[in-house]
Amino acid sequence: MSNVEFRKDIFADERDDDFNEIGKPRIRQDILGHVTGRSRYYDDHLFDGLLHMRCVRSPHHHARIRSVDASAAERMPGVRRIVRPSDVPNNLNTLLSLIGFGRDDEPLIASGKVAYRGEPVLAIIAETEAQARAACNAVRVDWEVLPHVLDVEEAIKPGAPTVNETYPNNTFDYGRFDHQKLRFGDVRKAFREAAHVVEAEYQMSPIEQAPVETCGAIAAPETNDRYLCHTGTQALFFSLGTTAKLLDTPSSKLHFIGGTVGGGFGGKVDSLTEPMAVLGAMLTGRPVKFQWDREEEMQVGAPRGGERWRIRDAVTADGHIIGREFTGFFDSGAYTRLSSYAIQKGTGHLPGPYWIPNVASNIYCVFTNRTPATAMRGFGITGVDFAIECHMDRVAETVGIDPIELRILNSYRDGDMKPHRRLAKNCALVECCQVVAEKAKWPISQAARSASSLTGSSPERASIPDTAVDEEGKIGDRRNREIDPAPAPGTKTVPAGTRQPGEMKDAGPQRPDMMPDAAALGLKRDQASAQRQVRAAAPSAHGAPQPVAPAQVRPAAPAAAPPAAAAQPQPSAPAAPPAREPGPAPSTGQPAEVPYQPDKPFQRGVRRPGVSPFLSGSRRR
Amino acid sequence: MARKPISFTLNGNEVSVFVGESANLMEELRRNVGDLTPKHGCGQGTCGACTVMVDGEPQLSCITLAQSVEGRSIETVAGLSQGPVLHALQQAFIDGFAAQCGFCTPGMLMAAKALLDRNPRPSRDEVIEAISGNICRCTGYEPIVDAILIASGQSREVRR
Repeated sequence: MSNVEFRKDIFADERDDDFNEIGKPRIRQDILGHVTGRSRYYDDHLFDGLLHMRCVRSPHHHARIRSVDASAAERMPGVRRIVRPSDVPNNLNTLLSLIGFGRDDEPLIASGKVAYRGEPVLAIIAETEAQARAACNAVRVDWEVLPHVLDVEEAIKPGAPTVNETYPNNTFDYGRFDHQKLRFGDVRKAFREAAHVVEAEYQMSPIEQAPVETCGAIAAPETNDRYLCHTGTQALFFSLGTTAKLLDTPSSKLHFIGGTVGGGFGGKVDSLTEPMAVLGAMLTGRPVKFQWDREEEMQVGAPRGGERWRIRDAVTADGHIIGREFTGFFDSGAYTRLSSYAIQKGTGHLPGPYWIPNVASNIYCVFTNRTPATAMRGFGITGVDFAIECHMDRVAETVGIDPIELRILNSYRDGDMKPHRRLAKNCALVECCQVVAEKAKWPISQAARSASSLTGSSPERASIPDTAVDEEGKIGDRRNREIDPAPAPGTKTVPAGTRQPGEMKDAGPQRPDMMPDAAALGLKRDQASAQRQVRAAAPSAHGAPQPVAPAQVRPAAPAAAPPAAAAQPQPSAPAAPPAREPGPAPSTGQPAEVPYQPDKPFQRGVRRPGVSPFLSGSRRR
Repeated sequence: MARKPISFTLNGNEVSVFVGESANLMEELRRNVGDLTPKHGCGQGTCGACTVMVDGEPQLSCITLAQSVEGRSIETVAGLSQGPVLHALQQAFIDGFAAQCGFCTPGMLMAAKALLDRNPRPSRDEVIEAISGNICRCTGYEPIVDAILIASGQSREVRR
């Protein structure tokens, strides 16, 4: 039933075309459970004495909490526990603290103030969901409503209300700056030389992932002093680590079970429900379910963040884009979650799949009194790509060129230097555009039809140019004076071929040891990437510290090398103990392991790759 | 809340449970009877994940009062296959990649079965109409519509 068409005529000499799986229909390994209703989602685990947890949430975008009165709720039928912020042992976290990125800025249960509508201030655990709901309605909170800010550019103006006390200027810190910078070449020079300047602004809305299964978790005390947690998370170990941190509990005391997710699309990485459910189980000693209802999923569930992009292009009369400036405002909502990282992804993606010799971008991760944003399907990339591709059409219109030809004219070719100091390789935009034009019966010129991603680079395109840098937007400046959020005027220049100072220092040209080792992967021929990399590196004229050394790129797999030895990643492979050598297994009393054969998956004595021996088909009625 | 004994047929088996006045059929099936195939997606009758068949008609079990099914016949996905032999709809869903996360699938299958029981050779538009109360966020619906048409013994190109 596959509608996929494989264009094997393109880059035909770079493939072996000996795929076993690609191009053939395969049945999902979990689909039998789905069509029989036997797949177990987190809510499909039944517990005796299950308690239900619900949250009291802020009706205001931004408010100080003067007092919370739960005395009436406490006396309501079925209520077993009121969970207050003081019950959370370590009530401040940021999701990416597990990889050491950003400062803790978000409480599990807010105390003092709330920064978005729907932020939890109290949780109630009761015998039934209806009782928990009724008790939540009986909680009286005395709010002092504060001025709020919902627009990214309003939020960075002097005098805007501070959303998040951890970042008082309403912007995430990127090194010494309040925005993520990218500088490549000198955009000012490009704009002086341009025949056309094309400028536009693009605004994306926040988007809720809206999985059919809402976020939730069930936690229960186990008999061995551990806590079991069934969860619908997309990020089981994020949730485990976050729970351990917030609850100040060793992760060895947490037994997390996930894996079957009723739709996520990014909205189930935030690890908000698991700590709550486990905390509930700790405080009551009983199984506790914390499940968002549909309204919470829509109001509190973290969406794809809204993005505002301004793009300004310097274009020559014949349609070459010679300079591109970006100003991006990423609406993080009230807390950081993953927006800081989305911006780094987005910066690495600029200026889109096009070779542009002068690029500057300032991207701000801005805190507003909106629902915190998080992951959703290519977040950080999709938004800016939408802006870039709209802008390409606008450029084509301004210059008077066919939009597909404009893309072919400007697209990356193998060996081009990208603004984040990596060489472009395995490019295919030219070919994609050609196939699109062909399929759409869209006439393009002979020159566009004969273009190729393999050709068109040059020593100039492969090198890092003189780069104008600046100190604009240093942390702390924002409150003193208004800064023009447009990218830099440029106060000094970094000479061509050298790396930038500061946060750019690790982004040197691509290292040859990051190339896949064809022999280790068991490929018969060396992959195209290596061959094309050699071509790309050969004309390189710039004085980069280590141009990609052709000698280190294997021109071809050493045919004589035995595959087993090549597969050993350690250089000490020859000294490996004999037991690890291929061949008949030494007699150890265990049956010899039979190699896995895809066509006989249930052969005796075979371990199926990726399938747990503990997997059981526990069947419900 | 007065709990009342009710009896109904679930996938051909007689079931008797005590249910409260305000209890909904989905929670009773899941918690009391132990049939976990109707899924809780919204609890407010908008997503269709809890769809079951009551006397042959598709019904949203999350907004059906449990006491109202006294004496009636309920079908869920748990009774769709004949032992290990899958129903044609289930096989078509497997072959056509019509499920990804699988959460909407039980409700989708019941809505489709209700359609095919009533109308064994539906047009594409009738299939679309029959599953219009079931939200799927993964597949984009096309593979599901194709699978239902194929399960009805037609080509997926039928009457676009």
